[in-house]
Amino acid sequence: MKPARFVYHAPTTLDATLQLLAELNVDAKLLAGGQSLIPMLNMRLVRPGHLIDLQHVSELAGIHERDGGVAIGAMTRQRQVERSPLVAERIPLLAEAIRHVGHLPIRTRGTIGGSIAHADPAAELPGVLLALDGTVRLASARGERTVAARDFFVDILTTAAEPDELVREVWFPSLPPRSGSAWLEVARRHGDYALVGVGAVVTLADDGQAVAAARLCFISVAGRPVQATQAEAALRGAPVTPATWREAGALVREELDPPADLHASAHYRRHVAGVLAERVLELAARRAQEGAGR
Amino acid sequence: MSTNGVERKRIRLTVNGAPVERDVEARLLLSDFLRHELGLTGTHVGCEHGVCGACTVLVDGEPARSCLMFAVQADGHTVETVEGLATGDDALHPLQRAFWEKHGLQCGYCTPGMLMVLKAFLAENPNPTEGEVREAISGNLCRCTGYQNIVEAALEAARLMRQLS
Amino acid sequence: MPTRIFGERIKRAEDPRLLTGRGRFVDDIDLPGQLHVAFLRSPHAHARVRAIDASAARAMEGVVAVWTYTDIGPCQRRMPLLIPHPDLTHPYTRFALARDEVNHVGEPVAMVIAESRYLAEDALEAIAVDWEELPPVVDIEAAVRPDAPLVHEELGTNVAAHYVGIVGDPDRAFASAAHVFRERLVIERSASMPIEPRAILATWDDTDGVLRVWDTTQAPIVIRNALAALFGLAPTQVHVVAPDVGGGFGGKIMVYPEEVLVPYAALALRRPVKWTEDRFEHFVGTNHERLQIHDAEIAVDSEGRILGVRDRFLHDAGAYTPYGIIVPIITACQLPGPYKVPNYHVEFRAVYSNTVPVSPYRGAGRPHACFVMERLMDRVADELGLDRAEVRQRNFIQPDEFPYDVGLIFQDGAPTRYDSGNYPAMLDRLLQEMDYHRLVSEELPRLRAEGRYVGLGIACYVEGTGIGPYEGAHVRVEPTGHVYVATGMPQQGQAHQTVLAQIVAEELQVPVETVHVIEGDTAHFEFGSGTYASRSAVVAGSAVALAARSVREQGLRLAAEELEVDPADLLVEDGRVFVRGTPERGFTWAQLAQLANPLRYAYAGDLAVRPRPWSGPALPQGRQPALEATEYYSPPHATWASGAVGAVIEVDPATGLLQFHRLWVVHDCGKVINPMVVEGQIHGGIAQGIGGAFYERLHYDENGQLLNASFMDFLIPTAMEIPRIEVAHLETPSPLNPLGVKGVGEAGAIPLPALVAAAVEDALRPFQVHVTRMPLSPDELLRLIHTEA
Repeated sequence: MKPARFVYHAPTTLDATLQLLAELNVDAKLLAGGQSLIPMLNMRLVRPGHLIDLQHVSELAGIHERDGGVAIGAMTRQRQVERSPLVAERIPLLAEAIRHVGHLPIRTRGTIGGSIAHADPAAELPGVLLALDGTVRLASARGERTVAARDFFVDILTTAAEPDELVREVWFPSLPPRSGSAWLEVARRHGDYALVGVGAVVTLADDGQAVAAARLCFISVAGRPVQATQAEAALRGAPVTPATWREAGALVREELDPPADLHASAHYRRHVAGVLAERVLELAARRAQEGAGR
Repeated sequence: MSTNGVERKRIRLTVNGAPVERDVEARLLLSDFLRHELGLTGTHVGCEHGVCGACTVLVDGEPARSCLMFAVQADGHTVETVEGLATGDDALHPLQRAFWEKHGLQCGYCTPGMLMVLKAFLAENPNPTEGEVREAISGNLCRCTGYQNIVEAALEAARLMRQLS
Repeated sequence: MPTRIFGERIKRAEDPRLLTGRGRFVDDIDLPGQLHVAFLRSPHAHARVRAIDASAARAMEGVVAVWTYTDIGPCQRRMPLLIPHPDLTHPYTRFALARDEVNHVGEPVAMVIAESRYLAEDALEAIAVDWEELPPVVDIEAAVRPDAPLVHEELGTNVAAHYVGIVGDPDRAFASAAHVFRERLVIERSASMPIEPRAILATWDDTDGVLRVWDTTQAPIVIRNALAALFGLAPTQVHVVAPDVGGGFGGKIMVYPEEVLVPYAALALRRPVKWTEDRFEHFVGTNHERLQIHDAEIAVDSEGRILGVRDRFLHDAGAYTPYGIIVPIITACQLPGPYKVPNYHVEFRAVYSNTVPVSPYRGAGRPHACFVMERLMDRVADELGLDRAEVRQRNFIQPDEFPYDVGLIFQDGAPTRYDSGNYPAMLDRLLQEMDYHRLVSEELPRLRAEGRYVGLGIACYVEGTGIGPYEGAHVRVEPTGHVYVATGMPQQGQAHQTVLAQIVAEELQVPVETVHVIEGDTAHFEFGSGTYASRSAVVAGSAVALAARSVREQGLRLAAEELEVDPADLLVEDGRVFVRGTPERGFTWAQLAQLANPLRYAYAGDLAVRPRPWSGPALPQGRQPALEATEYYSPPHATWASGAVGAVIEVDPATGLLQFHRLWVVHDCGKVINPMVVEGQIHGGIAQGIGGAFYERLHYDENGQLLNASFMDFLIPTAMEIPRIEVAHLETPSPLNPLGVKGVGEAGAIPLPALVAAAVEDALRPFQVHVTRMPLSPDELLRLIHTEA
């Protein structure tokens, strides 16, 4: 299980990186944390002619408050995000979900941008980004553009990024007032990819007794993270009661059409998506009521 | 630089406190570099796809899978392996002493990875609960011990290290 | 007073080197000029090899050779059938490299020998094989139908073996029974999966004309003898070492193709050659185990007493039968477990399939047997409205009924005869540890009233351990006082270097640190078979004890002569042999070793021996120049360990996840040499058992493709899934061996599928779930809940 040959590049500036990417295009792979890419290289499932190591590109690091949210440079290690007081305070859903990403020695290497760009449909971070309605900033030698999460994730390991573009930064908006968020997932073992995972944001009406708006996003139920739009629509204006969460769970089961794999059938995923929807909404609403923000 | 048309790159890093300089092929895994170029065979290889954790080392103090890094990526960084834990034959690290005392190993194959991840974990969390220890080592598979004595050893090491500090 | 060393929690001698990165595993060894091997393995489950074109690969950078079947000289013979059996009427073994047909995904087809493993893998991609795909046989139930495609055309059948064992008159017992209950029970395919994959390094040493091989094998002497025979070398010209080995659990006992091909390459190329298996290769190239499908029935009287058991099962043998039918034989013999089954009919067919061959994995047919028997016992209890513990108590073999004959011939060819045990006390102890009656009457009802799905299970098992044919040991006291012990058994983590040293230290009353055990090296001990079947402590341990006792007798005789006293007046304590009542009259073991040898030792310091006046030959008749002995121990038959386990498990019926609240084990392996080591063995076995009950399963699709050949998808439990395990020991000594010990290696793995089935079923009683397959999964649990409800 040894990788095939490749040419290694370690640019130190963003411009140099984008130039390389423009030249090499589909023959190059970007190496961020490598925690998904290197296993595929070792198994020779992917075999790029060139690897562009991003670790020395300082423009890609850092966690900053911006535009009512938090912008995280693509090469920020997941472990740094996990430890960030700013993330814990402003983007609690991210702080909660990131603990489910692999294991400690994976998160020390794994990066935010790498996970977003890899777009594994069972990965937590794309689900969090969609649940929060965040954006991805792409850069290429041609310029920069910002893509909403809902447009960025296209299918299994497929995104809206062009071959000459890299994920420069990921932006997670903070929660509106009277909101709570929560992340739940079911996995075979601790640290495994989720069989089903869900992130929820519940915003309450002024009186705290009804749902003003809710977002509910699932991972591992399709080729990309998906928003349960019918359930979200039904939640708008609904009372904060167990029956509301139960009905949302039932709607989720109707609108999702999950795939089967070795570890869970479609039936299992559909059923558990409903169970988790009910539980995660209840939790997020409770947090909204408690003003915990989480 | 290049021999036989193969690109080799000069890397300089610190391994267990000592400077190391070598020319390596870009595709050489850090695990193979440590084991077969430097002879540091305490770092074991169990899966080469980042799941078993046997090859865990510390890179700049953080635990990392050495099978999921190329040696070239370690250029300019600091790597610690199990060989660097004890300061001498009679000076086992508290983790090593606790693993010995509590029968925290059987075949010993997963042990170096366990020790390295725990070294980093206890540095950050010197007084962990059993649950926290279990979570910390959950990225390291052991097929012999059922983990119980590893957990005991980690808690014992934490006690020893708190007494020392 | 003699110091007690046997039975103590002695810290392991192995640990300092393993903890500091100084262990020596096969892949740790690099020799100058070493070449590396990579194997081209079949991507098809069943195919004919029409042609192989390796010319492009041979021309590649760093490639020394690319070999196919035609290139492998003496290795062209079929691989050996290691354990024949009269009922194995259709054995079949492979060629080391496929000659004209492959029978499972992963079967070696060609080997590249190159300057590095990286370059060898590059060359694999340049080998072109012209395949003719054949219909794969995967489903063993379909494989026994008359129209099924055949795995091996020339055998004319997919049935490798058909075995029938009958005790008493089962048909009559069933005809007259008050109740008969039937179950169809399945235990799925799995594998031992040590964290260290296999590895072999071989070199021909021209200076002394010796083929040296380092191999991760559990049986180095078997490998040594095989290589000597295959290559026409004297046994002394082949030196096999199993150094530190990173877990075995059964999968590393075999003569695998790589184990002959790599040494052959070293011989043919006259360079050191290494092959280290990668994890993918391990999944498709190292033997599997477990799949059996049982149709079992039990006949009981109105009180729940067993009248008879009938079981017919299919055993998946995989593509070849190099290890015979050991696994299903064990299943058949051990199925009755600790219970009196007066009438028993067991019948199996071992069936070929186009999958990786099956040979023992920790438990070796016993988890299957225990699952079947314990499911039947639970069924009886539930149907008759009896407590599950009570049904077991009513059927146990009683302490005064030993030796107890099951009535079948066991895997070692000897009768299945339980030597000792105390099953009623064992279960009583478990119930007491669990506080069973309070759990059943108070704790569980309270939790259930809170709406929680908690369940309790118990399971009992026996394990035939310590089988022959024999093992040997050599013990020698050196003039330094250090004691050296050698046996033929290698270790893969079982602490032999500690526990065997304890046995010797106890006999000679020397500090355990001064006893050094050398193992797994054919240059140090040449006879024996290996580490498997929970036999090391029993068989090698007994041989070590016998050799140590012989050395002790020699020391006593020598001291008696020298001191001119009767040996009966001497004591052995504190590292010395001395006259009772006058401790200053005596010798240390170092002095005795010096006395034994009339030579002088350079640098040896405190010589005990004064020059003696001439009195004849320096070595009188019957004396040897060392305190040393080689002894062998050959057990009459297996010695039977036993155990009982209990658990409280909670199930989330909405997600199918389960969680252990508590897990108890009472284990009886006779006299315990080192409780710490025994507990470690039990913990590890239990963890593998939990793997087999809820996590680990190898999935083949209908084309014979292994779908989860990675640690991403083959789910070895982590520290988060394995609960704390509470172990209690019972000691019912074995009357068969000089130490009274029984084996413990496989114990924990045996009862877990049965236990988890029982506890889960109990937790989900409101849904009337019936568990008949192992392993379970969240998906399977939801399916059961939703179907039954």
